[in-house]
Amino acid sequence: MAYFRDGMTLMAGGFGGVGNPPTIIDAILEKEIKDIELICNDTAFPDIGVGRLITQRRVRKVIASHIGSNPNAGIQMTAGDIEIEFSPQGTLAERVRAGGVGLGGILVDVGLGTIAEEGKEKIWVDGQPFLLEKPLTAEVSIVHAKKADAYGNLVFDTSARNFNPLVAMAGNITIAEADEIVEVGDLDPEEIVTPGVFVDWIIPSKGVTWKWVWEKP
Amino acid sequence: MGLGETVDIRQTIAKRAAQEVRDGMVINLGIGIPTLVADYIPKDIQVFLHAENGILGFGPTPPVGEENPMLCNAGGFPVTIQPGASYFDSSIAFAITRRGKLDMTILGALEVSQEGDLANWIVPGKRVPGMGGAIDLAQKAKKVVVVTNHCDKKGKSKIVQSCSLPLTAKACVDLIITDRAVMEVSPKGLVLKEIMEPYTIEQIVESTEAKLIIPDRIRRI
Repeated sequence: MAYFRDGMTLMAGGFGGVGNPPTIIDAILEKEIKDIELICNDTAFPDIGVGRLITQRRVRKVIASHIGSNPNAGIQMTAGDIEIEFSPQGTLAERVRAGGVGLGGILVDVGLGTIAEEGKEKIWVDGQPFLLEKPLTAEVSIVHAKKADAYGNLVFDTSARNFNPLVAMAGNITIAEADEIVEVGDLDPEEIVTPGVFVDWIIPSKGVTWKWVWEKP
Repeated sequence: MGLGETVDIRQTIAKRAAQEVRDGMVINLGIGIPTLVADYIPKDIQVFLHAENGILGFGPTPPVGEENPMLCNAGGFPVTIQPGASYFDSSIAFAITRRGKLDMTILGALEVSQEGDLANWIVPGKRVPGMGGAIDLAQKAKKVVVVTNHCDKKGKSKIVQSCSLPLTAKACVDLIITDRAVMEVSPKGLVLKEIMEPYTIEQIVESTEAKLIIPDRIRRI
């Protein structure tokens, strides 16, 4: 966990908390890391996943598509305590992917004619306008997998896949938390979603430590 | 307005929206009233429900106690999957959207204009939840259906001549379904197609800021 430092850019897989890596997030909270620049699809819920980083005021800036399910993010934004950069969801996914696959940017027409185009360069291709969207990478990427082998090959759990394979490629250092860690050779190469070459560290997951919003108290 | 009545209105709107669903469609349902539409899709037709977090072909809510917390819709609530379903990452979810493979999306609205402009993700300085996938969906789905209350909580028409809020997408909406009426965006303007009981044409015209084209025939629901 020596990679975590104040002010770091941190990218997390997950969507509405599902697929946020719980054990790694707990470690970041315990180490009292602050001033994080968080790149994630959303800010989850106040006590779920990356939402806890927001609630405990560890985040300086967020790049996301949605913060609506975590009122604390909105409150901190209104108070000027946190900076939020919004990207349309599909564009955000492609920006993370672009960073992860080593591209210099992507051309997207989503958001043309809306405030989502503000501050972005317009590029015309064969007479059609596109926005130049810049790639995203991070000092540290954190992901949650169902299974990992010792080389770092990853398999995800149903819709917990979401942004995780994209985020796994976009970290300078990528740390995967897995529910199950198996020997090299135990995963069928056909089922591997993220090739282990993108993953630097694997840690065993202690499992989700929060209640989901749909669970009855 | 009592809570019971509000719930009932939401169900009525969802039920009408489900009539737009055709066999074989690939559909994305937004959060709120759109989510309820799934309950009213006729059992004898097969559709593929699409979720931004990477599912094509999800099904109803599982029984209590049988949830897989990792298998959720884009709103974070547990779902099941249907035969033929697939999982993929969110970049593929939006590849489906941008590539024109999404037959229909049903979305909520803050304002819709008579030209089909949609505003549904930001009230500057007041409510700034972020656009999520709304811009991608509104701009790229083949058919965009908006489901919404006809008027806001202050009684102000949400169906307007021109949106005052920042747009989600321009000229994207095909059909508007409210608790009072069904309206179609056409090249000539906004056409009143159906009116919901107990409203009269006069009451709907009066409570709609947008200019409505009133055809000779209007269906009553």
